[in-house]
Amino acid sequence: MNAYTVEVRITPRPGLLDPQGKAIQHALRSLEFDEVDEVRVGRLLRLELLADSVEGAQRATEEMCRKLLANPVTEDFEITVGGRRG
Amino acid sequence: MNAAIVTFPGSNCDYDCFKAITDVLGCEARFVWHRETAIGEANLVILPGGFSYGDYLRAGAIARFSPIMPAVQRFAADGGLLLGICNGFQILCEAHLLPGALIRNRPLRFLGQRVRLRVENADTPFTSAYSPGQILDLHIAHGEGSYVADTATLDALEADQRVVFRYVNAQGEATDDDDGNPNGSMRNIAGIINEAGNVLGLMPHPERAVEVLLGSTDGLGLFTSLRDHIEAAQLDDAVAAGAS
Repeated sequence: MNAYTVEVRITPRPGLLDPQGKAIQHALRSLEFDEVDEVRVGRLLRLELLADSVEGAQRATEEMCRKLLANPVTEDFEITVGGRRG
Repeated sequence: MNAAIVTFPGSNCDYDCFKAITDVLGCEARFVWHRETAIGEANLVILPGGFSYGDYLRAGAIARFSPIMPAVQRFAADGGLLLGICNGFQILCEAHLLPGALIRNRPLRFLGQRVRLRVENADTPFTSAYSPGQILDLHIAHGEGSYVADTATLDALEADQRVVFRYVNAQGEATDDDDGNPNGSMRNIAGIINEAGNVLGLMPHPERAVEVLLGSTDGLGLFTSLRDHIEAAQLDDAVAAGAS
């Protein structure tokens, strides 16, 4: 088993109203960052986990996302498996 | 009526439900701690409001995996009456006992206020004491109460009369402004029922509107509906047992 650092990026699904993103966009506009068309707010989870391979770490994390970490009705997820540590 | 009220760490409306059922209705209720794995004798299960597990990750996402939840799922699968109020509604959605999800309120604030609800379907075990179209004066108290689902799900809910409560404005109209739809729920949805008609979730708090002292008694109808439904079913069972 190897140790991996896995990052899970969870974002609101496209088309779904993201009131937090909207509020931040308005704040940016009021600071005259007029070039900002859209802001979407999600969250980043960093997991330290043991797996036999990168694929194994990816598979395990996908299952975690489907079961708990993301809500498929409202969120998309993206997994990045970092290099093995130690 | 014999209700089991599930208490999670962070539940805070469990006693309100208990009082509504015992003191106001004179029926039986008891608490079931979330670490238990059986519900025991009950003909109604309530997932009360609160902030189970601090609303970490997503509201209801962690409570949905509490040890008691498999028993709650079985109870519902066997046709038992299951009511989720506020955080309880969020847990029911996370547990896929009801479709859709509840996300951050459109105004981005926690909303603790009175709302007007229109009874869209009075032909359920939860709403038979109301009349169709009746306007109820209830409270909401939530940060994540904006109901979302994909269009196909929303259409199916409406086609089957499974939207049970809708937010409306002072004129009784389901408008999409802050007055008519305070949390920005899709199609003003405040409460829905499952396909089998035995699982209901709603964001507003009927248990906080059961005595004149509380400012409204409009929530009482939900509990008397359940009591009457359960007593009628018990009477049917007794008649059937007597006839055999």
